Amino acid sequence: MKTRRIDNYGKINRDKILSFRWDKKNYKGFEGDTLASALLANNIGIVGRSFKYHRPRGIFSSGVEESGALVTIGSKDRRDPNVRATTQELYNGLEASGQNAFPNVNFDLAGINNYLGRFFAAGFYYKTFMGIPPLEWGKGTAIWMFFEKFIRKAAGMGSASGLPDPDTYEHAHDFCDLIVVGSGPAGVAAAIEAAEKKLDVILVEQDSLIGGNQLAENDFDNSQIKNQLENLGIKIMTRTTAFGLYDNCVVGLLERVTDHILAPNVNIPRQRFWTIRAKHIIVGAGAIERHIAFNNNDIPGVMTVNASKHYLNRYGVLTGKRIVIATNNDSVYETAHQLSEAGANVTVLDSRTNFEIETNKSFEIRKGYVPYNINGSKKIDSLDISKSETINKSETIDCDQVLLSGGWSPAVHLLSHRGVKPKWDYNNACFLPSDTKENITMVGSSRGLWNKNDCIASGIAGTTDALNRLGISKTNYFFPKPGGWKNPIQPLYEVKYKKSRSKSFVDFQHDVTTDDVRLAHREGFISVEHLKRYTTLGMANDQGKMGNIIGLSLMAELLNKEIPEVGTTVFRPPYTPVSIGALSGRNVGKHFRPLRVTPMHQWNIDHGAKMIEVGLYQRPWYYPKENETLSDSYIREASTVRKTVGICDVTSLGKIAIQGPGSTEFLDRIYSNGFSKLQVGKARYGIMLRDDGIVMDDGTSWRLAENEYFMTTSTGEAAKVMSWLEELLQTRWTDLNVNVTSVSEQWAGVSVAGPKSREVLNNCVDDSLVITNNKLPFMGVTSTFLKGNIPCRIARISFSGELAFEVYVKSDFANTMMDLLWENAKKYDGCLYGLEALGALRVEKGHVTAAELDGRVTIDDAGLSKMASTKKSYIGSAMRKRGVLKNDDREILVGFFPTNLKETFNAGTIVCEKNNIKGQGIGRITSVTYSPELGHWIGIGFVKGGLDKWKDTTLVGADPVRNKQMNLKVVSPHMIDPKGERMYA
Amino acid sequence: MIRINCPYCGERDHSEFSYGGDATINYPSLDASEKEWTEAIFFRKNIKGFQFETWHHSNGCRMWLVVERSTVTHEIKSVKPCHPDLQKVVKNNK
Repeated sequence: MKTRRIDNYGKINRDKILSFRWDKKNYKGFEGDTLASALLANNIGIVGRSFKYHRPRGIFSSGVEESGALVTIGSKDRRDPNVRATTQELYNGLEASGQNAFPNVNFDLAGINNYLGRFFAAGFYYKTFMGIPPLEWGKGTAIWMFFEKFIRKAAGMGSASGLPDPDTYEHAHDFCDLIVVGSGPAGVAAAIEAAEKKLDVILVEQDSLIGGNQLAENDFDNSQIKNQLENLGIKIMTRTTAFGLYDNCVVGLLERVTDHILAPNVNIPRQRFWTIRAKHIIVGAGAIERHIAFNNNDIPGVMTVNASKHYLNRYGVLTGKRIVIATNNDSVYETAHQLSEAGANVTVLDSRTNFEIETNKSFEIRKGYVPYNINGSKKIDSLDISKSETINKSETIDCDQVLLSGGWSPAVHLLSHRGVKPKWDYNNACFLPSDTKENITMVGSSRGLWNKNDCIASGIAGTTDALNRLGISKTNYFFPKPGGWKNPIQPLYEVKYKKSRSKSFVDFQHDVTTDDVRLAHREGFISVEHLKRYTTLGMANDQGKMGNIIGLSLMAELLNKEIPEVGTTVFRPPYTPVSIGALSGRNVGKHFRPLRVTPMHQWNIDHGAKMIEVGLYQRPWYYPKENETLSDSYIREASTVRKTVGICDVTSLGKIAIQGPGSTEFLDRIYSNGFSKLQVGKARYGIMLRDDGIVMDDGTSWRLAENEYFMTTSTGEAAKVMSWLEELLQTRWTDLNVNVTSVSEQWAGVSVAGPKSREVLNNCVDDSLVITNNKLPFMGVTSTFLKGNIPCRIARISFSGELAFEVYVKSDFANTMMDLLWENAKKYDGCLYGLEALGALRVEKGHVTAAELDGRVTIDDAGLSKMASTKKSYIGSAMRKRGVLKNDDREILVGFFPTNLKETFNAGTIVCEKNNIKGQGIGRITSVTYSPELGHWIGIGFVKGGLDKWKDTTLVGADPVRNKQMNLKVVSPHMIDPKGERMYA
Repeated sequence: MIRINCPYCGERDHSEFSYGGDATINYPSLDASEKEWTEAIFFRKNIKGFQFETWHHSNGCRMWLVVERSTVTHEIKSVKPCHPDLQKVVKNNK
């Protein structure tokens, strides 16, 4: 196949030949090529198939606006779909393939869709499959859901690998005075001016080379500019896209670190997600050339004029031999001249009739002509043209390429991210950026300046603006006026085809035609936002960079309005796609969230613990012996605690030191029960309510001294309670002299529970007299020493209902404490027990945890009315009996047995009356366990009216998710030792 | 991204902070009526423009701050400690 590469053109390195594979065939390109330029050089015209009609798609552009050449790069787990071939740098060994075609892009069986076009107009699938009369085949949505998977498969683009991503990604942060987006003449001028004025500057360029659109000029060399920028200390970030602007001058960048390398060093991230905090932002993001809608304007060989200039001068590829350029503005003539100089036969169709342009007459100019229809299917055979005044085919030009320029759209996207609406400029037929109070300045062609000197001037003015706004200088400046062409542009968006069923594309990738826009209008989708969603115009990978304005102009025409009256859709980040991997950075796998472990974590594992996550914490779940299952293990552990003694790591509980003269008053206000009479050396279980009267958390507070308390909270609510206490002290009760400090990490805690627990502790403390029943009665607290002179705090607190102690030591002593306790517990046939056994023991006792206190439950619902003091006011006391909270039919805490004691049930079971099994029933089971003590399954939960109402009635537990149903008996939640004789022992 | 100038730590990303709520509420005394508490807890103005709100520097100095922020532009006009005594100290330090 003949190459399109020509000598003496381009900035590619012809000494370095790169091999690559395209659709399983080998090709060659040069260093400095993009995949698109290499494909064009190899004369490959068709690179994909379109979304709906499966029409052949070629390369339309040379940049990020590409909506045709979306390809798949790489293979296996590195397969990356929907990559723009126009921005993918070529590397040795690159593997790429076309998309949405079977068996391949040149011969695609689904190409038949092209002939069924009328069925695939906007909204076709929804109308048909979601059922509107008379096609209502049963229930619409059901039909849709059945067909959806087939439809989705037929329409679409590349497919993801489905394998774990082998690459790593990084999050990075930086600060600067000024960030300049875009390294065209305006951006570079701004950056240099700022650096000379001693600002700390970052210059961001999405391309691998700096220069912006100057890279399309044949005599442009960026090496001098690069040196100058570097000498001024400007941080240059190439291959980096500013994808979004955020509050407070924060810019999101995506740096593609290794996407241009075949086998990158595994220690280097593939992409880096930057958060830049700047003081000022200058955007010189350039402008994007638009195409023109006319029949068959999507045939491979159609391209923007500027793209062709790029391919010629940057890559040394002459994209056509017999080229027709269709335009409505002055920007194409330099390119026309250069293309003809490079050996192409060029004809320019200019829709304008009355204008002057200087040329060397090396090409023909047809004034007052527009493109009408392309003949050809996989390539261009010829172009029918029309006079612009009366649209109809007037003659046919033999050609192999059609280049389009329907005007230029300044890249106002980044400013739009800040909610700044662009304004329509009639003179230049484009949206221009509006002013903003934020420290953002638009420069260069992104503010509608079409010639280089104006761009440079605007860059310098932009930096002066920045310096003024930052209060560094107070200098007058002015921006050049938008425009800069000798002759005015003549708006031209669509050349209407006379015959029915035209295929004039507005959005190439999503196959949105001018007829689809008209259909949307007919069906009432006239708001721009509705038009977009109905036709999917501008919703493809390019996000409407090329086609949006055409769509708007068509709707304006249909509505008999001007474009600015129709509006513009809001651009949102990202400017170009950002991979999910980059967003997640290193927060993947086990680094997805922080891991919290207790100081005896390794000790627990060494002693056979299976761990479970509780919030962020890793806690021992159960300690299986030999072949024990979870149930075998927790049942053994729980019964050992009831029979002898067990040891359980409870370090994850929140621990807060409360100190100061106001401490007692403070606790009295935050707990629903009284604390003012708590003696030094005693602990008390307390319940905290929220302002609105619902239970927030429960825990114990130990009075260590007159003005010093040690508070424990539940594991899950620890952080919330800490913030809450700080809020109260700093915002509401600022006269209370209290200090709160989180000491959760400082103390390691363990529960020693069971009838033999005192004996075990006797052997572990220095002075066994301190833990006698007299010295340390139920809820007593003591500060003493474990053997080996280890200071500790011991409280006689029971969650299991047995005689039990909580022992706390400084975290550094955790392992020593565990060794000591375990050595002695073994002597009494004790065990280590985990969360599962802990749960079994507390359910038997009817103690509530987070499963019950779920943010909907009042203190009365939880059966803890006695804990609500009537002698004092506290947080939530005014609200806990408000409105519905005092209703008689609230769900109250009860215990449940299966009527047939051999049956099991699950948490989440809905409790219903026997003949009324539906909806939310009259209650729910929140926690269940096998009770080793009772020998059957038990549960706690809530039921309307509570125990008194249902104790003699059989209820039904419905568990539709698990297809289960059982009869239930309602019992007291205190199923074992209701008088608490064991814990007082 | 909102940046908050913590009077203790300096300017930090909002991700270091937790949003509290309306900073202008005068919470009634604990023995106040249900009606007063209902007003304080459930009734909020939906302000378009600057409002005073509390933020907790939860991943920083743990101080509660009053932030004067525009609900339209996220512009922050002032940041000061919630605690009135600390407000005096911080002011004097400046």
